[in-house]
Amino acid sequence: MSILINHDTKVICQGFTGSQGTLHSEQALAYGTQLVGGVTPGKGGSTHLGLPVFDTVADAVQATGATASVIYVPAGFCKDSILEALDAGIELIVCITEGIPTLDMLAVKARLELTGARMIGPNCPGVITPGACKIGIMPGDIHLPGKVGIVSRSGTLTYEAVKQTTDRGFGQSTCVGIGGDPIPGSHFIDILALFQEDPATEAIVMVGEIGGNAEEEAAAFIKANVTKPVVAYIAGVTAPPGKRMGHAGAIIAGGKGTADDKFAALNDAGVRTVRSLAEIGEALAEITGWS
Amino acid sequence: MNLHEYQAKGLFAQYGLPVSEGYAVDTADQAVAAAEKIGGERWVVKVQVHAGGRGKAGGVKVVDSLEAVRAFADQWVGKNLVTIQTDENGQPVSKIYVESCTDIDRELYLSAVIDRGSRRVVFMASTEGGVEIETVAEETPEKILRASIDPYVGAQPYQGRELAFKLGLEGAQVRQFTNLFMGLNKLFEESDCSLLEINPLVVTAAGDIHCLDAKINIDGNALYRQPEIAAMDDPSQEDEREAQAAEYNLNYVALDGNIGCMVNGAGLAMGTMDLVKLHGGNPANFLDVGGGATKEAVSEAFKIILSDSAVRAVLINIFGGIVSCATIAEGIIGAVQEVGVEVPVVVRFEGNNAELGRETLSNSGLNIIPGETLVDAAEKAVAAAGGQS
Repeated sequence: MSILINHDTKVICQGFTGSQGTLHSEQALAYGTQLVGGVTPGKGGSTHLGLPVFDTVADAVQATGATASVIYVPAGFCKDSILEALDAGIELIVCITEGIPTLDMLAVKARLELTGARMIGPNCPGVITPGACKIGIMPGDIHLPGKVGIVSRSGTLTYEAVKQTTDRGFGQSTCVGIGGDPIPGSHFIDILALFQEDPATEAIVMVGEIGGNAEEEAAAFIKANVTKPVVAYIAGVTAPPGKRMGHAGAIIAGGKGTADDKFAALNDAGVRTVRSLAEIGEALAEITGWS
Repeated sequence: MNLHEYQAKGLFAQYGLPVSEGYAVDTADQAVAAAEKIGGERWVVKVQVHAGGRGKAGGVKVVDSLEAVRAFADQWVGKNLVTIQTDENGQPVSKIYVESCTDIDRELYLSAVIDRGSRRVVFMASTEGGVEIETVAEETPEKILRASIDPYVGAQPYQGRELAFKLGLEGAQVRQFTNLFMGLNKLFEESDCSLLEINPLVVTAAGDIHCLDAKINIDGNALYRQPEIAAMDDPSQEDEREAQAAEYNLNYVALDGNIGCMVNGAGLAMGTMDLVKLHGGNPANFLDVGGGATKEAVSEAFKIILSDSAVRAVLINIFGGIVSCATIAEGIIGAVQEVGVEVPVVVRFEGNNAELGRETLSNSGLNIIPGETLVDAAEKAVAAAGGQS
């Protein structure tokens, strides 16, 4: 088992024939993802990477039965692409693109709340169920099928957590990069709820960072609902207030959103927190008793 | 991106919102001419910097003679203003805003932000104008009124009226405030604001609603579709190195330590800074060199990091994803040779072809210290910078 995606997930790619879409679609196919086609308006009827190209998401869904879509289109076109995927009945939208205007995401988020669909990202590495399905830009070979669910706001920090759980032989059930934007499609609590219900997930690693209060919300959610062991790391203890640290959402504003506040909330919820990103694997071994 | 007060008020005026007549000027002569054009006997003169707390720092003054207008401009143009929100060097003053003076009856507060928690644009209003809203939120949260905007339906006049009545406004003021509320929401949406704040919003002695100050932040992600606003950018208000980094699409934030950090990915870059601190060192900067970490990007990153004379060592932390560490190693070698790096450089590679990357570096003959693990790299960087502080 896993969350969000598995062996059977049929995926299409929006922005399929562009450079990013092409590069990462090749990697996904090599990994064994059931990528069944792509969408590039005006190129419908052609083939790319041996797969059919469609003009619209609706056409692609009808022809392939895809339930998931990965989006690599430029930021200015993402709102349109996401809403198109939603209206075509796509159940899982993974948006990799960085730099979507925040007001566009407010509109998207409001529509997501009205439908049953899920969105991961934007500004994220994507989702991977190791050995089964890879949707996004993460390197496949650092992953190992296993029992740790990983959810993170940062790309390369996710890879660090993955590497540490692979090196210790724990492996991952599913890894979800929810992205570094202030208004993400899915929040920590959405993914934590799925991991709690997933029988294959035996422990959870949560990687947060400064800005907003998603980690505090997650702490409250964990306290009330999560019985599985959780290790959390928060980046940005040394970040100065009022400065945006690379990610659009990583900013301490009006004294709110500090790493220390987040650590405190998570500790209070019984989460095992680590102050060094090098200690994620070790802490996981300690609280689970795994060797 | 932040706007100056005069730029924000220019946008307010375009939307027909009540602001004073005023002019932004560069010289004392222009300041006097602006005051003469406005007329009357009293003016407000304000330095234009991207920082709050200007009034207490002497950067805002009510003056009642043209000589005083001139003296204020002479005093500030070309100088730096230090406020509680700036660093010890302050912000450079290149423009003065000369405005007509408003007689105030009451001071209120009004702002709009993107609220991450509720995923809505939220307006906040308060009877406690002229003070820091964070203080009000802390001490008397019940005095902050809120109105949440539905992204599909948009702001509704009743929301403005509701706020107006709760603020104790009456008669024509209610209509004036509602018009202001609706206009601000339109401005917020059409200009891709991330924050819009009027503090204070005043009721004038004549009983009218009036915007005495104006602060606007624009969503940096949306600048591509806001060319007129993007052109208002004033790089002189930003840290010089941060502005330089932005030109090369690098994310750089200056800190006050001595270990320069170059990392791929924003989260890992923060995590690396934290790790340096945890091992007794002090990071000199945050720098995300981007996923590809190309030779060009690494070269520019070195130049920016090394332009900080406090830097005693550089820690490069790369998790190779799709891009091979061997390719990145070539980039680092090229950059070290091109830039002429004289401080010790510690490199930690992980992920795609990490071992080959390390080999490439050690065969280069350059003084590059390999870090075996995250912790090893952090410790070596701290030692190379002169030990724990």
